[in-house]
Amino acid sequence: MKWLWVPLAGYFALPLVATAVLSLWQGTRGYGFAAYVTLIHTPEMWNSLFLSARLAVETIIAGLVILVPAVFWMNLRLQRLRPVFDFLSVLPLVVPAISLVAGITAIYTGPDWLVGTANFLVIPYVILALPFTYRALDVGMRALDLRTLTEAAQSLGASWPSMIMRVLVPNLITALLGAALLTITIVIGEFTFANILLFNTFAVYINHIGSTSATQAAALSLLAFLLTWLAMLGVALGGRRAAR
Amino acid sequence: MSWRERAADIIFVGPFLLFAAAFLVLPSLGLFVQAVTTAHGLSLAPLATLWSPDHLVAFRNSIEVSVLSAMVGAIGGGIGAWLTLTPGMPRWARALVSTFSAVAANFAGVPLAFAFIATLGTLGVITGLLKAVGIDIYAAGFSLFHIEGLVIVYAYFQIPLMLIVITPALEGLRREWREAAEGLGASTWQFWQHVGLPVLLPSLLSAAILLFGNAFSAYATPYALTAGNLPLVTIDISNVLSGNVSLSPAEGAALACGMIVVMAAAMLLYALLARRVGKWRAR
Repeated sequence: MKWLWVPLAGYFALPLVATAVLSLWQGTRGYGFAAYVTLIHTPEMWNSLFLSARLAVETIIAGLVILVPAVFWMNLRLQRLRPVFDFLSVLPLVVPAISLVAGITAIYTGPDWLVGTANFLVIPYVILALPFTYRALDVGMRALDLRTLTEAAQSLGASWPSMIMRVLVPNLITALLGAALLTITIVIGEFTFANILLFNTFAVYINHIGSTSATQAAALSLLAFLLTWLAMLGVALGGRRAAR
Repeated sequence: MSWRERAADIIFVGPFLLFAAAFLVLPSLGLFVQAVTTAHGLSLAPLATLWSPDHLVAFRNSIEVSVLSAMVGAIGGGIGAWLTLTPGMPRWARALVSTFSAVAANFAGVPLAFAFIATLGTLGVITGLLKAVGIDIYAAGFSLFHIEGLVIVYAYFQIPLMLIVITPALEGLRREWREAAEGLGASTWQFWQHVGLPVLLPSLLSAAILLFGNAFSAYATPYALTAGNLPLVTIDISNVLSGNVSLSPAEGAALACGMIVVMAAAMLLYALLARRVGKWRAR
């Protein structure tokens, strides 16, 4: 069975290698880093990257603020709502993103401060990340003895907010980290909503640059892929070490 | 229940339910209303356009690509997960595979399209290498921009997604069972036939549905790869939304409803199959 590694690894490595070769191609001037140098000096690239990074952070915060108390309370007191939570959390996988865009844009046409800025994207992004964030939180909380933790915290005089911030969150740190990382990969790569709502995020920018310079698009794609992977790998290995 | 407890319920759970209702449930339901609303009041005309030849082709293409790529993804991802979990695999290698999968499962759109155009496009590396040894895949009828090409490209995010969702189920397939089966003289094939597959089947089915939905709703990748030349439902909807073609909004909503109905049918099929599997396992 072991030989099956070879075709699988080959299938996943080849497109990345081909992208790398393409990104280094300089036409008649052979191979070099020209595409990368041009990109570093392009303000639009940085703007789109910062926008996507900001949206990722906002999505993580908004998602957790909405979900941590809800999943916590559902597990502690409102078990009968579990089917509702389960249903809502798979709904984003059932309703295709493009359909959701159509539905949201039809209902929410204003006010301008809401739909007019890129921050509007945080709303659909929280929905897109919902299946993964909910799963991670639910699995993490089920592994905890919430009742004992809560009673212990309350007998020590902790209020609900401080109970959540100082008891629950530290105990859930691996689950939260996993959810946050997946959210980042989703937001950085998200194209459907941003493109249709006409916001210049990183994925939209790569698409745009692809129509003018293939080598720059290749360089940017490769960098995005490898950097996200390295970041996740660092957290996975570092987190495991910290847990020990 | 005291009012204090009720207030606590609302404060903790309320925001999430309200958010999901406003931005997930309501927009989805709204589509069904829109699909029957035209400038002249209620009408079934937009829904009827779903049966026009153009839209039928788009639905057929979307479903075909989704079924094929879900199958490829399920097999490839299943094998990948199995290989990753073989005993003796170093920890760092597992971390390498699982993190790579998380990134690749979200790899879509232009980056993915470019990676494959550079590999299997008319001027791609592999296309060139094969041509050098006398195999011209494009002359043989292959195209990266048709269904078969899309399936190959989709596998790049389908296989990792399968690997991610099936790994917990495979971990649950305890090594002891394998050893017990072997101790009773079962061959590898017999183990899978009588123990492995029956235990895994529900997880495999639900993973396959997830992969189907993932491919069915894919938009960025086919948009970047085929530039809209291969009719797919998602591309049709985006054309309506961005006003590229003269379709009515109601027709876009009807298409979106059609997608939701196809997904609901897939889930129903899954529920029926899961019940039968449950009965089979209970025997």
